[in-house]
Amino acid sequence: MATLNILILVCLGYVVLLFGVAFAADRLAARGGGKWLRSPLIYTLSLSIYCTAWTFYGAVGNAARSGLEFVTIYLGPTLVMISWWWGLRKLVRIGRSQRVTSIADLISSRYGKSNTLAVCVTILAVLGGTPYIALQLQSITLSFSIFAEADPTGLYREGSSVFWVAAGLAVFAILFGTRNLDANERHHGVVTAIALESVVKLFALLAVGIFVVWGIAGGLGPMMDQIDASEIGQWHVDAGRWTTFIFLSAAAFVCLPRMFQVMVVENDDESHLRTAAWAFPLYLLLMSLFVVPIAVVGLDLMPEGSNPDLFVLTVPLSQGNDWLAMLSFIGGFSSATSMVIVTAMALSTMVSNHVVMPIWLNTQEGTASVSGDVRTIVLMARRVSIAVIMALGYFYYRLSGGGAALASIGLVAFAGISQIVPALVGGLFWRGATRTGALVGLSVGFLLWIYTLLLPGMEGGIIPASVIENGPFGWGWLRPQALFGIDGIDPMVHTVMWSLSLNTIAFCVASMLSFPSPLERLQGAQFVNVFDHSAAPRGWTGSVAQSEDLMIMTQRILGTNPAQEFFQAEAERQNGRPGRLPEPTPQFLERLERELSGSVGAATAHAMIGQIVGGASVSVEDLLAVADESAQMLEYSSQLEAKSAELSRTARQLREANAKLTQVSMQKDAFLSQVSHELRTPMTSIRAFSEIMRDTDGLSEAEQTRYAAIIHDEALRLTRLLDDLLDLSVLESGQVSLNMGDASLNEVLDRAVSSALAGGDRKLSVRRVRASERIPLHTDLDRLGQVFINLISNAQKYCDAAEPVLTISAHDVGGQVVIDFTDNGGGIPPEAQSMVFEKFARVGSDKAGGAGLGLAICREIMQRLGGDVAYLPGQGGAAFRVNLPLAYRQAAQ
Amino acid sequence: MSSPGDGKGRPAPVRPSLFLERQSYRRRRLADAARLLPFLGAAMLALPLLWPDESEAAEALPLSSAMFYIFACWGVLILISVVFGIAARRMAAREDAEPEAEPWQR
Repeated sequence: MATLNILILVCLGYVVLLFGVAFAADRLAARGGGKWLRSPLIYTLSLSIYCTAWTFYGAVGNAARSGLEFVTIYLGPTLVMISWWWGLRKLVRIGRSQRVTSIADLISSRYGKSNTLAVCVTILAVLGGTPYIALQLQSITLSFSIFAEADPTGLYREGSSVFWVAAGLAVFAILFGTRNLDANERHHGVVTAIALESVVKLFALLAVGIFVVWGIAGGLGPMMDQIDASEIGQWHVDAGRWTTFIFLSAAAFVCLPRMFQVMVVENDDESHLRTAAWAFPLYLLLMSLFVVPIAVVGLDLMPEGSNPDLFVLTVPLSQGNDWLAMLSFIGGFSSATSMVIVTAMALSTMVSNHVVMPIWLNTQEGTASVSGDVRTIVLMARRVSIAVIMALGYFYYRLSGGGAALASIGLVAFAGISQIVPALVGGLFWRGATRTGALVGLSVGFLLWIYTLLLPGMEGGIIPASVIENGPFGWGWLRPQALFGIDGIDPMVHTVMWSLSLNTIAFCVASMLSFPSPLERLQGAQFVNVFDHSAAPRGWTGSVAQSEDLMIMTQRILGTNPAQEFFQAEAERQNGRPGRLPEPTPQFLERLERELSGSVGAATAHAMIGQIVGGASVSVEDLLAVADESAQMLEYSSQLEAKSAELSRTARQLREANAKLTQVSMQKDAFLSQVSHELRTPMTSIRAFSEIMRDTDGLSEAEQTRYAAIIHDEALRLTRLLDDLLDLSVLESGQVSLNMGDASLNEVLDRAVSSALAGGDRKLSVRRVRASERIPLHTDLDRLGQVFINLISNAQKYCDAAEPVLTISAHDVGGQVVIDFTDNGGGIPPEAQSMVFEKFARVGSDKAGGAGLGLAICREIMQRLGGDVAYLPGQGGAAFRVNLPLAYRQAAQ
Repeated sequence: MSSPGDGKGRPAPVRPSLFLERQSYRRRRLADAARLLPFLGAAMLALPLLWPDESEAAEALPLSSAMFYIFACWGVLILISVVFGIAARRMAAREDAEPEAEPWQR
């Protein structure tokens, strides 16, 4: 008979072995060696913390009570693992790309880094986790007590042993779970120890099973017969419980903090999932293979009333196989310790990152860089959290008295933690899921779980029996175990059905009704489409951030050396000079935030950088505002451009006008001198000849006549000049009266040509196409004739060809009569073309002629007649086009 | 409007083929099968709900047969997963050499 002392010695030895393995693995990993530490095998084995003492002992108990129902707890995780391509792959990828530290961190990160949500999930996890830890303590104590009963010499006190077990586990978790501050880093020591423990528990259970089948029952065939003959020998499973438990265990497998810790946070390589997808179901299969045989043999061998939860221990003991019983005890001990350690680690990370740190940050408003060492505070928070969680478990165990069947507490915890499922699955696959939806759904499920399962299940009657019987205030439809009057459902199925369905409905409806913040939408896109892009969610602007402050803060969180390495690498990346501090670029701040979030969680890291950077996180709203602003600026600048173009156009016009004015003014000066010259020349001769006639006596008749004729001619010339000036001024002032008449165009031209050529000293031949000139006109014929005469005599005067020819052609173009006068001379030089119609303009000062009023008068006349006269450039010679609207002609007809 | 490459001197843009080559196609179908596996598993594990219960009939199913069925299902699921795991690893090795196919390529 193994004495209790030997048992305790073996136990302590085993614990020392675990410490040694964890320590060695940590050392090995720190030195960069031990490739096998990161192998898929270790990953798979670490997943087996799913099998706690509850499944190690409780599965047999469950099988002894209700047959094959226990297997549902293993089938759910199997289904999850073989559907890794759907869900786990995505979960692990997100966990790695967002540096998630816990399930609470994942949920908070998905819904816009909301700390409220993180706190909710943390509370849920702690509420569900504490009884679960108590359950492990209870199983260890129970197994101790079995040996104590068998060893009357030992001094065994239940209370103190639980205390020492709890304290030892807390020390282990603190030592190996909080070595590194970066919770996202791999805890190689802990993981390797867990892997070893999972091998031990599988080996122990298989050994007991083989002993039972081949040692007691006598082989497979007799065993099967014995199973069929036993009291649980017939298929009997409640359909509701069967499906509910498969679903529940699948949900809990993903959501339990400890499972999330080993599956996502401790995951080293995504491809490990490929191996774990079949290896972990195989592990579960082996774990459950001998459960029914052990239960059946236990029912057969053990006396009536013995606890079936402990058959794994008591059956070998009853057969006198002490060493097997010892092995079995170590197996159960392994299951309990590994679960407690990882749960404490995971919960402490959640508590310190989402509860302690935000509170601490709030009390230290704006001083993240200068106040005390954040690093020690986080580590302390984590260690204290582990101790507090273990203490909670211990007190729960002491208060509850440890009476309840093992399995039921586990299922209650499963149902509680699975309330996260709608928010988790919705967050991974539905971009429309919002923070409000997650909060509402989670609260609804949480409250229903408490009301329908946790409180009624508690011993000591927190809910009075009358309420369970008749509902609160006598409202029957609110009875905790028969909501809405639907009675007769198994309490477990009842809770899972109502809480999860109402949770999901509330989550969906609230998500659809609410509107997510920009950060939420970005995070949602990143989570749902994680395989498309794993980029950072949003940027920081580094304008206000001080690299030095950031450095100080990072040192306090990551430790001096890692922080300096990180900053140096960053400086090297930025400008190739590792000696300096890096610029706080948005990319750098983003990387830094991720690095920090691995230690203190996403929300806290965000808040800490926010304090130093001055809250200058660039939200999508800011970006939109910036985009708006730049769009406005673009618009404004294009307006400015348009205005400046307009201004330069106006300036050009002004310059042109100014040039014209200057030219006109010069012309006026020239004209004035011309006019005075023109006036003075005849006046001089008139004065001279009149003086001669007055002062000279004895002038001959002929001389007198000649002088008088000269005086007369000069006076005529003066008159003509004055007439022209008068004519122009009348035309310009608009006081001219038109003498309208009807005639054919060719008649007008005939008269104009004959009067213009009459008395001309130069010969000019005029070519006309008479057929086209038969256009009837209704206009002032004298004025029109004056224009024609002017144009013809201009050609006569200025055409510099040896044999001057003037071509006159008339067309009827689109309601207008167009008459072109084109000569074969050199034409008007381009610089003078714009001036020919100005008053007093004369082309070429050497050419003798009028006062330069002819063309100006022509234009005035044509404008009065509703037409125009213009110079046609590029016709080979000087060409003028006279337009006359046909409306006059039509009006006459 | 002119379509690309209609002889107006503009070169037709190089467009990946609508269909994947044989190996990539196989890989896609394998991923489909891997996705379907949990549904097969769920269906197989829901089947026991149809078995005669001891409360209904005298000739209820013996527990040994039920155990045999469930563990056999379990084993089959594990075996298929092993095959998928090996195939997926081979294909992942090949995937590195090939460009990622477009999502619309089936």
